[in-house]
Amino acid sequence: MIELSDVHKSFGKVEVLKGITASVQKGEVVCIIGPSGSGKSTILRCINGLESYDRGEISVEGLKVDRDAPSIVDIRTQVSMVFQRFNLFPHRTALENVVEGPLYVKRESRAHALERGRALLAQVGLAEKADAHPPQLSGGQQQRVAIARALAMQPKAILFDEPTSALDPELVGDVLGVMRKLADDGMTMVVVTHEMGFARDVADRVLFIDGGVIVEQGPAKALLNQPQHPRTQDFLRRVLHPL
Amino acid sequence: MKGFWRDAVEFFPILMNGVALTIVVTIGSLLLSTVLGLVWAMMRVSGIKALSMLSASLINVIRGIPIIVLLFYLYFVMPDLGVTLSALQAAILGLGIAYSAYQAENFRAGIEAIDKGQIEAAQSIGMGWWLTMRRVVLPQAVRIVLPPYGNVMIMMLKDSSQASTITVAELALQGKLIASSTFKNTSVFTLVALMYLTMSIPLILLVRHFEKRAGKR
Repeated sequence: MIELSDVHKSFGKVEVLKGITASVQKGEVVCIIGPSGSGKSTILRCINGLESYDRGEISVEGLKVDRDAPSIVDIRTQVSMVFQRFNLFPHRTALENVVEGPLYVKRESRAHALERGRALLAQVGLAEKADAHPPQLSGGQQQRVAIARALAMQPKAILFDEPTSALDPELVGDVLGVMRKLADDGMTMVVVTHEMGFARDVADRVLFIDGGVIVEQGPAKALLNQPQHPRTQDFLRRVLHPL
Repeated sequence: MKGFWRDAVEFFPILMNGVALTIVVTIGSLLLSTVLGLVWAMMRVSGIKALSMLSASLINVIRGIPIIVLLFYLYFVMPDLGVTLSALQAAILGLGIAYSAYQAENFRAGIEAIDKGQIEAAQSIGMGWWLTMRRVVLPQAVRIVLPPYGNVMIMMLKDSSQASTITVAELALQGKLIASSTFKNTSVFTLVALMYLTMSIPLILLVRHFEKRAGKR
């Protein structure tokens, strides 16, 4: 449902994506791994038009992604995003964060949106935090609210941009647990992550990106257990055994 | 001192007429400058080059002209162009326009202080520019903008005295009229100063309240 073909993107003189071709099928969980600065996050940000791209084409369900076209709103309501730094709206409660999109973008009825919003907060284990403001929540709780906010749009896919990188280590598990449940329920997910355990256990496929190109891709377990390319081997060795 | 109190009792009612006009001019021009300032600021951050350049040059033109000259222009020159304004109208319009430039820069700073991640989060749930402004950026910017906004209110209260130059009989002009007909300069202008101060103090307290609240989060 998400297709990228020969996508190029430069920031000024620095080319961060040098021809990315990939696709994500419906119901698939794809993890993108690679060193920082390799262009992982940029790929996600291009898919929902937060970033423009210079060459090639990205399409979602056959609809071309063009951040300057009105159709970008359709794409963004179909492909939600979860950010590294949560980006919850601090002036609104957890529940208000979740129902913001349904109420003001999709114009659902208030009663319906609130009911579903509460159900979503319960789904991520935060039913009792509905009226809390984001600054009163831990990082892990904030990220789970952000996932509920993404789900509230009833998206066909969710993009996760390093969703656990800003969390204290003991809070990572809660967030990954919620994501694993989503994957089990058949949600299409593209996850940029450094959590190799999650990638191995939950992802269908893993893309290893370095220097703006896909160096290696394949079934998660195969790629992570027996990487073929020396750069993948080197990266995984350093991530898995930092000492 | 005794003489001052006797004068105060005598002049107070007349000066209160001036106070009423001072308040009308201040509130009128405050509202106008707020609305105009918001419009300029929105144009500045719209991302549309023509609009933002137009707004930037408007702000610079307004900033570059002294308030008093703006007032003279509106009151004395506009009739030549076929637009006759009452002194009060010209005062509110002039002060409102003059201060809209400062309001605009204040609002813009508040808007630009909002974390970019907030805007991206809004976009990622399908919000357009206006919805993002209305639901996400402006409610957060208000908190940042309020303390300097309070300071502008105080400055506008005091600068409303410039309306006296185009015959608006607000507090400063009332004082001057009484002083020049009674020669009791000391009593009259002390009284006038105290009355401005009395009006400023609630505003100063309000700014302090805003600052405390802004510092909380």
